[in-house]
Parts: sequence; structure tokens; C-alpha cells
Amino acid sequence: MTDFPILSLMLAVPAVAAMGCLAVSASTARMLALAATLVDLVLGIVLWKNFQIGGPQWQFVEHAQLFSGFSWALGIDGIALTLVVLSTFLMPICIGASWEAIEKRVPEYMAAFLFMETLMIGVFSAQDLFLFYILFEAGLIPMYLIIGIWGGAERIYASYKFFLYTLLGSVLMLIAMLWMVNETGTADIPTLMAYNFPRGVQNLLWLAFFASFAVKMPMWPVHTWLPDAHVQAPTAGSVILAGVLLKMGGYGFIRFSLPMFPEASAYFAPLVWGLSMVAVVYTSLVAMVQTDMKKLIAYSSVAHMAIVTIGLFAFNRQGLEGSVVVMLAHGLVSGALFLCVGVIYDRLHTREITRYGGLAINMPRYALFFMFFTMASVGLPATANFVGEFLALGGIYQASSWVALVSGTGIILGAAYMLYLYRRVVFGEQKNADAAAMPDLSAREFALLAPLVIATLWMGIYPESFIAPIRNDIVYLDARLASAKPQGDAQVTAGHPAPAEHAEHHEGAEHAEGSEK
Amino acid sequence: MNWAVSLRLVAAEEFLSVTGLVLLLIAGWAGDKAARAITWLSVAALAVAAVLVAPALTHGAMGAETSAFFGQFAADSFASFAKLLVYGAAGVSLALAPGFFERFGQFRAEYPILGLFAALGMGIMVSATDMLTLYIGLEMNSLAAYVLAAMLKTDDRSPEAGLKYFVLGSLASGILLFGISLTYGFAGTTNFAGISHALQGTMSTGALFGLVFILAGLAFKISAVPFHMWTPDVYEGAPTPVTTFFATAPKVAALALTMRVALVAFGAQMAAWQQIIAFLALASIIVGALGAIGQGNIKRLLAYSSINNVGFMLIGLAAATAGGASAVLVYLAIYIVMSLGGFAVILQLRDAEGQSVESISDLAGLSRTKPGLAFVLAMVMFSLAGIPPLFGFWGKFVVFQAAVAAGLVPLATVGIAASVIGAFYYLKVIKVMYFDEPADKVAGSLDPVHGLVLYASALFISPLGYLLTGWLGGLAHSAAAALFHGA
Repeated sequence: MTDFPILSLMLAVPAVAAMGCLAVSASTARMLALAATLVDLVLGIVLWKNFQIGGPQWQFVEHAQLFSGFSWALGIDGIALTLVVLSTFLMPICIGASWEAIEKRVPEYMAAFLFMETLMIGVFSAQDLFLFYILFEAGLIPMYLIIGIWGGAERIYASYKFFLYTLLGSVLMLIAMLWMVNETGTADIPTLMAYNFPRGVQNLLWLAFFASFAVKMPMWPVHTWLPDAHVQAPTAGSVILAGVLLKMGGYGFIRFSLPMFPEASAYFAPLVWGLSMVAVVYTSLVAMVQTDMKKLIAYSSVAHMAIVTIGLFAFNRQGLEGSVVVMLAHGLVSGALFLCVGVIYDRLHTREITRYGGLAINMPRYALFFMFFTMASVGLPATANFVGEFLALGGIYQASSWVALVSGTGIILGAAYMLYLYRRVVFGEQKNADAAAMPDLSAREFALLAPLVIATLWMGIYPESFIAPIRNDIVYLDARLASAKPQGDAQVTAGHPAPAEHAEHHEGAEHAEGSEK
Repeated sequence: MNWAVSLRLVAAEEFLSVTGLVLLLIAGWAGDKAARAITWLSVAALAVAAVLVAPALTHGAMGAETSAFFGQFAADSFASFAKLLVYGAAGVSLALAPGFFERFGQFRAEYPILGLFAALGMGIMVSATDMLTLYIGLEMNSLAAYVLAAMLKTDDRSPEAGLKYFVLGSLASGILLFGISLTYGFAGTTNFAGISHALQGTMSTGALFGLVFILAGLAFKISAVPFHMWTPDVYEGAPTPVTTFFATAPKVAALALTMRVALVAFGAQMAAWQQIIAFLALASIIVGALGAIGQGNIKRLLAYSSINNVGFMLIGLAAATAGGASAVLVYLAIYIVMSLGGFAVILQLRDAEGQSVESISDLAGLSRTKPGLAFVLAMVMFSLAGIPPLFGFWGKFVVFQAAVAAGLVPLATVGIAASVIGAFYYLKVIKVMYFDEPADKVAGSLDPVHGLVLYASALFISPLGYLLTGWLGGLAHSAAAALFHGA
């Protein structure tokens, strides 16, 4: 199994299917796309099963010198593994969500999604700097087309904004990469992760990478492309955008900024904290006054991603582990929330919150699912978000109690805007006759949401399954950051850890904390 | 130096001259009805010429044994690389012509022959190692090009384009000649190696003026800002196959010539021209990108795009290293394929009456009426914008890599940031084709030759093109080495 090029196969399956989709009719394209994404999901599970926890840092390594200047080098560590599995998990759901909603130009649509899947898996498994860049940038093309062709009324503005914003962010990263490779003579990511760049240059390189990842993440104040893109994109486009594309920013920080430029990361940590604190409070407040459901969830994504950056720049294991878990959890939960919006959008073709109301009466099953994901987004214990946010905030508390305090308000504000949304859409009177006449979930919609519920609960109740593969990688990263770690203001001292109340629920968290002290 | 050796080194040029003259006789005899046959014979002649020059590239020929006629002409691997591109681009542009001109009943037998002579002139340009050879090659190409631009007599824009090109081109030639004479006055020779030898040490102001004027004249030929004004008008006015030709082969020749002048003749004074080239590069990138935004005609848009792309190539030259030179060659190779593919699509754009459709707004919804054409044009646009995984990205990548390796990080940073402006107008074309409702302007079936060019270039610029990076990079490296031989 170890010599089998499973990652290449995972990239090839959707790529070949994308080509195939262009040549066939709409209904065949749907089937082909679903089959290809399911095959990739199976391969993703095989990958997960065969990943040796505690084994070598980089597994499933492939290397082929196909090109001059860069090489076809693939390989994953635990962090990449979880994100690859997340991508393969969400893709069949996206295809399913587009089954009936997309009526025009279906073959091209499916081809764009499959192409997107290849690129996403490629980004997470690339071990060559330039291969990473090519795949990272290439994702702009299918997403631009998905928003622009199948999007809503303002789709053209949104597609331009998405494309140009992210392109401007990443071109500077290319120059930084060229400089790094010129300096070190290698484009191999694991080697570069251990290379000590000169202190003065680190800051510039860090900023170049930050320009790219901050836009992708997205961090305040360069987040404005995201609400536009989300609102205009078709449902599945929003799911993949929130579920996976935003994670490329966080992945970039973990893979590049932190290990390659630890001193610069420490130097700029207050900047990241500041931006993240603004993002948590400001975008939460903005979310509260939205009248458009998708926009509200888009702003909540910005707030959740700010928790990720806060955890990443906490420079300790809880923070880093928490960030990865928030990324995974957010991928599931915000994807599911966009699906929930998509379900009612498909029926009434509006995202205006005021056009709905009292859906609990005519759509009880839908109300239940929506309730579950609303609670998960709020960070209710036993859901995935709780684990991640708890760890991330616990991590940042050691670095700066003020940051922890301000970003902790995000949880409260999150509860406010999510419950307010839920109340207006699902509870109350049935003001609108057309909304009151909407049928409940179909079997297809049920089948799309149910796996997300299971995954969210699994990650919330037994996070160890997801934390175990990343634990060692976080340890390596933490060791790499140890020398640069900023002095925390919290002055956490080792106490006499009485068995904490949440210990049963969060073994992962407890374990991490225990070994730190 | 013996004559037999010299004559053997210029075999391709001899062959093209003789073939051109023979075809001219045939054309005079058989008239315009032989135009198609003469086109194919010309294409075949270019293919033979390509075969004749190829060994110099594969063997990495350089140094004294490639020098012909007492240092006036070099048949080295650099010239060979450029000639292969020139012959290829010229051959494809010629092959695209009949389908276009026959729609207007205007296909003249002189057309392919002029193309052949232009290619011959370009071959001399890229091999020139003496200012006079340079000038002969340049004028031979230009005179043929002026006539080609004015070829479509039924369209008023075509003679206008020819006249504009002629007047401005003559002015540029004058500037170039003035620069050459100044350089001769201060260096005492017109030979590149001699100039390089004479200009060691501190450069006199007079020689610097010579350099500036020579670069100004050459900048006109490669249409670098601020000498780019003619480009949009000529591209728009000239018949589309001629525009295809102008956008490809002469770009290669003029840029290769500029490289040889800068790196060989003025190789001792790199600091003097490096900043000039860097300025031309940035100005071309920015003006080319900004100018393109307001364009409504696809040919004018591609004219600005070519100005923009020349700017990126000049960044490679500004690096003034062998790596930079080889990056420029790689960029050129990819650029001409993208251009040929793009123009092959434009040649297919015609309405029900057979009139050319050139307005971008008429392309609305092309993806639904002509999915194949729209797909290839979209690929070309993304590729020209330098978005991976299309192959156009690789050209920009190697150029910026060379610039960074040469320590020109600020230049590379500004250049790449400005490339985002360029992405905006490429996106506009894709937006019109894919996002807008169909205008149903474009009709007509695919000409087989055009189809072949179209899909072959699409295959080249697809991600599969990356498999060629090793091969292409190796050839470009060996070509660039010839420029730095003995330096």
C-alpha cells in the first residue's frame, strides 16, 4: 500500500471525470460526477485508514521529476490528511446539492466542480513549493466560472472581486517563493520548513505569504470579497468555498508562515491578534444586522476563521490543535448551514430572512436539522465547534488574556446572531403564505444533511479520532516555534489538575493540556 | 574565413531567398489562382528552412565556428532557436491566410511570398552580429510587413494600417540608424564584438546616446512603451492573418535582436542599459494593461496584450544573465503559441454573411453557441493572464525567477503586481463569452486548418504543456549560452 500512488490517483479520478463530463449529456454528467466524487471519498477513507498515527511525519510520499523547475512531489502529514478527507467528504454532498438546483449547462458545472476537487486535494498534498502555488492559484479559474455562470443576480461583480482580490494576494507570494528557492536551492516543502531564513528577510517573506493567506482566510479588512462571493455563488459553490477553500488560508499559515518564518510570525503575532479581534467583534455585529441569510453565514465564517488565526498565533499546542479542529468543524458546519439555506432557497428563490417565518410548523424535519447546525455554529458542547473553539481560546489565553477575552465575546455574539436568525426563519408566525406552503425535506436533502450531522457529532463527542493524526505534527510545529514563542501575559502556572468536569467529553483537549505542563 | 563555410552557415537564408524568387516567378506566371498552392509551397519552404537551422540548436553551436562573413552573421544556437520560432510562427500565419482572404475574394499570390521574404529578413535579424546586417534584416522584414498590412484593399482600415506602419516604422528606422552611426563614431566599428571591445571601461556620453537611440529604435519594433502607439492601430487595421503574423514572428525576431544587441554589442555596459530595459518593461506592463481595459475590439485588445507581454519578456532581459535570456526565449515560445491559438479563434469569428466579427460585445454567450471556440479562447485568455495551471504561467514564472535570481526583487514585485491589472481585461473577454446571454452573432463552420491550429495550440497551453518544460528549458538554456559565449 505504501508504494501505491494513491494521492496521484485521487487527483486523477476527478480530473479524468471532469474531462468526461464535458463530453456527455446533463444526466450522465451528474452520475459521472457523483461516481467520481464517491470513488475519491472511498480513496480518502482508505487514506485515513492507512495513515500510520505516530509513524513518519510525511506519508504516502510520491516524487516524480516530470518538469523542469519543480517536481511532482506529493505527500501528506496528519494536518493535510484531515483536510484532504474533509474535501473528499464534502464533494459528493456538493454534487448532490446541485442535483436539481442546477439546470443549465450541467456538464460544464460538474466539470468545474471535479476540477476544483483535484486542485483542492492537490493543494493539501503538494510537497513542492511551486506545485503548491500552481494548484493554489488554479483554483481561481473554476471558482470564477462557478460564481459567474451559475451565480445569482450580482454574480459578475462578485466573480471579478473574488478573482482579482485573491490573485493580487497571491502574486506577491510567488515572488517570495522564488526568492526562497533561489536562496535555499530547493523547492521541497519539508526541507524549507526546517530552514532558518535570515531574520531580516523573514519579515518581508512573512508579509508576502500573509498577503495571500489573509485574503484567502479571509481576515478583516480583506474579507469583503467573501460575503459577495458567497451570496452570489450557487449553494454547492458556497459549501465548497466555506468548507474547503477558506481552509487553504489556514493551511497556508500552518504549512508555510509558522514553520518557515517562526521569528517573523512571533514578531507579527500582535498584528494577527489585532486583526482577528476586530474580525471577531466587528463581523459578528455585522452578521447580526444582515437581512440576507447567506450573507449572515458568510460574516459568521469570517468570525470563525478569526478564531482559527488566533489559535494559530497562540504559539502553543492547544491553540494549534484547536485551530485545526475549528477549521474542520467550520468546514462541516458552515457547509451544512449553506445547504440549509439552499434547501429553502430552492423552494422560494429568495434569501431574504423576512420572507420566511414559522417554518417549524410546515417543515419540522428541516427545522430540526437547521437547529442542530445553528447550535453547532454557536459552539454548543458535543458539537465539533465547541472542541476547536475551546482549545483555541485556551491556547490564546496562555499567550494573551486580553485577546482571549475579546475573542471569547465571539462565542456570545455568535449565539446572538445565529439564534436570532433561527428565530426569525423557523419560529414565530407563518407570515408568508408561500413560505408556509413549502414541503419538508426530500429524501435527497435528508441524505445530504444526515452525514454532516453524524460527522459533526462524532467530532464533538470523540474528537480524538481527528486529533490523533495531527498530534505529532502539532508537536513538531510547536517545537519549531518554541524558540520564537512570545512571552505570555497569562502567567499560567502548573496547578494540581483536579479531574476537570469536561474531561470525559474532551479527552483530546485534556491530553494536550496535560502533556504541556 | 573561407567562403564555402560562410555560405554553408547561411544555408537556410539562401534556400529561402531562392525559393522566394522562384515562387515569385510562378506567381507572375500562374496568377492569383495559384495563390493557395504557393501558400503551401511557402509553408513547406519554411519547414525545410527550419530543418536546416535545427541542428545548430540541438548541437548547441556557438563561438567562432558559427560566425560567417567576417563576423557579420552568426548561425549559433541562439539564432537557431529564434529562427525556429520565426519560421514556425510565419508558417502557421501563412497557413491561416487562405481561409480568410478567400472569403473576400482577395487572396493574392504575392501574399505568401511577402511572408516568406519577411521571414527571411527576420532570420537575418536574429543572426546579425553587425549593425549593418542588423539593419538589412530589419528593413527586409519591415518592407514586406508594410505591404502585408495594406493587403486587404476592400477594407479602408487595411491601407491605413499599412501607411501608419510605414510612416512610423521609417521614423523608427531613422532613429535606429542615427543610434548606429553614433555608436560607430564612438566605437569605430559596426561589429558587435568590436563594439563590445571598444566600450570597455567608462562609457562616453556619445556612445551612451548611441545606445539610447538604438534601444529606442528597437523598442519601436517590439512595441514597448513608450514606442507602442502604432501597435493597436496596425493590429486592428491589418487583415487578421497579417495581425497574427505581426503578433508572433516579428516579435520573436525583434526581441531576439534586442537581446543580442544588449547582451553582446553592449555586453560591457550592462549597467547602462539595464535601467532602460527595466523602465521599458514596467511601462509596457502597466500601460499595456491599463490601455487594454477600455478596448471594445478584440484585435486592439490583443495588441495591448502583446505590449503587456513584451513588458514581461523585457523583465527577463533586464536581469542581464544567461538565465534571464533563456527565460525570455521560453516566454517567447509559449507566447507565440498562445497568440497563434488566440488569433486562430478570432479568424473563426464571422457572422452569417462571412464578415469578420471583431467586437468583444458580439462574442456574448459564445460558450453556448460555439463551445469549442469559446473554450479555446478562454484558455488563451487565462493563459495570457498567466493564471496556472495553464502554460502561459510558466513563461511569467521563468522570467520572474530569473529576475529574482539576478537580485531584481523590486522590479519583479512591481511587475507581478501589475499583472493583476492585466488579468482584469482578460477576464472581461471570458465574462462576455461565458456569463452573458448569447448574442448569436457568430456563425460559420470551422475551417480544418484553423481547427488544427486551434486545438494544437490549446493542447500546448493546457497543463500538459508542463511536460515540455524540461525540453524547452534545455533548448533555451543552450541558446542563451551562445549569447554569453566568451563574454
